[in-house]
Amino acid sequence: MSEKKKDELLNDHNHDGVDRRGFLKCMAWAGTGAFCVMKGGVLNSYSLSRVSEISTADMMGELSFVQISDSHMGFNKPANPDVAGTLKAAVDKINALSGAPEFMLHTGDISHLSKPEEFDTVDQILKSATPKDVFYVPGEHDVLNDDGKQFLERYGKGSKGAGWYSFEKKGAHFIGLVNVMNLKAGGLGTLGHDQLEWLEDDVKHLKHSTPIVVFAHIPLWSVYPEWGWGTDDSAQALAYLKKFGSVTVLNGHIHQTMQKVEGNVTFHTAASTAFPQPAPGKADSPGPMKVPAEQLKSVLGITDVNYIQGKQALAVVDSSLA
Amino acid sequence: MRRSVSVVILATVLTIGFVGAVEGRRGFALSAQEKMSTMAVQIDNFSFGPVALTVPVGTTVTWINRDDIPHTVVSTDDSKTFKSKVLDTDEKFSFTFSKVGTYPYFCSIHPKMTGKVIVQ
Repeated sequence: MSEKKKDELLNDHNHDGVDRRGFLKCMAWAGTGAFCVMKGGVLNSYSLSRVSEISTADMMGELSFVQISDSHMGFNKPANPDVAGTLKAAVDKINALSGAPEFMLHTGDISHLSKPEEFDTVDQILKSATPKDVFYVPGEHDVLNDDGKQFLERYGKGSKGAGWYSFEKKGAHFIGLVNVMNLKAGGLGTLGHDQLEWLEDDVKHLKHSTPIVVFAHIPLWSVYPEWGWGTDDSAQALAYLKKFGSVTVLNGHIHQTMQKVEGNVTFHTAASTAFPQPAPGKADSPGPMKVPAEQLKSVLGITDVNYIQGKQALAVVDSSLA
Repeated sequence: MRRSVSVVILATVLTIGFVGAVEGRRGFALSAQEKMSTMAVQIDNFSFGPVALTVPVGTTVTWINRDDIPHTVVSTDDSKTFKSKVLDTDEKFSFTFSKVGTYPYFCSIHPKMTGKVIVQ
């Protein structure tokens, strides 16, 4: 793939049978994450590596936030022996954004091996970010050996169950879900009965016009089940969100950016700040992709989301800079 | 990336070595402990190799993670007959199978990774 091509959309995902329900558009790009702008309930996202090409007007919003994912602190193998360095670079990019994002979402795999010192390092690096609030959901690498006890102690204050919760920001309803616990042999990510019940109850009272932003580690859509890139009971969760005009789902786990629009729901996956993984089915396994050192930063990234409060909820439209 | 290749018989050698070392014991039946052998399952490219391993009772099976990514080895039964801690690159986990049966297992981090040990 040439340097130029890497930031272009790859429209090859509509041939892999991943979609079952009204597939509209599916696109992916490798690049430094995505910058997302929500206007009138419509969320647009842009590659952060090309943020300089976005007009100031496009970046303005009543609410903006950044998504980072898959820091994998503690990973030290090719292609990235310095995951602390690339996380710092991500923070520098966040701090350089013209409109300061209000908060950050971390969609999991904060650590590589759930070691306390790995979490400590990430916490320390994120302290230098302009946005002070960070909302976390765990990745499977954050709940190793202790069923997520340490994660909950560190990041799960006020959360329910294995760490799920919701909060309001400027009229948008944010929902953090956990789909990395109690995974079953041969299966995908799992939300589980208790969490689904909570979700149903959590959104029951909301107006249909409320913009919904769901974030979880493993994709809540079938990106590539053969590699475990999906969630077994996500359809049930999405069913509870059907009534809403605008639903945005932010995930990590697959270490590459992808977008898909399906009815009222826009799905986004964020790049990793640590190492890239291959496109679905493009390698023998989803193991770390080894890229030349000079290309590494082009396949890592952050996602910036900017929301402008609208009078009515609209269908979701994707934008890209490609 | 390396492809997982085959079962590596590590410690049947031990048994042979033991028999050879003890002068004059040839011809005697070996005790159960002396017969014990070790077999290995390679974890590579997000898969267990071999996926199904057949071993005699008393065999110790050792899993070795050859991937750049951590994995676990967890038996699928409710009582979790065996359950490793997370295995980083080149780390190992061993379990001795003392009863006949089929033991399906998986990686609890990447549940698409499954395998089984058949103990005869």
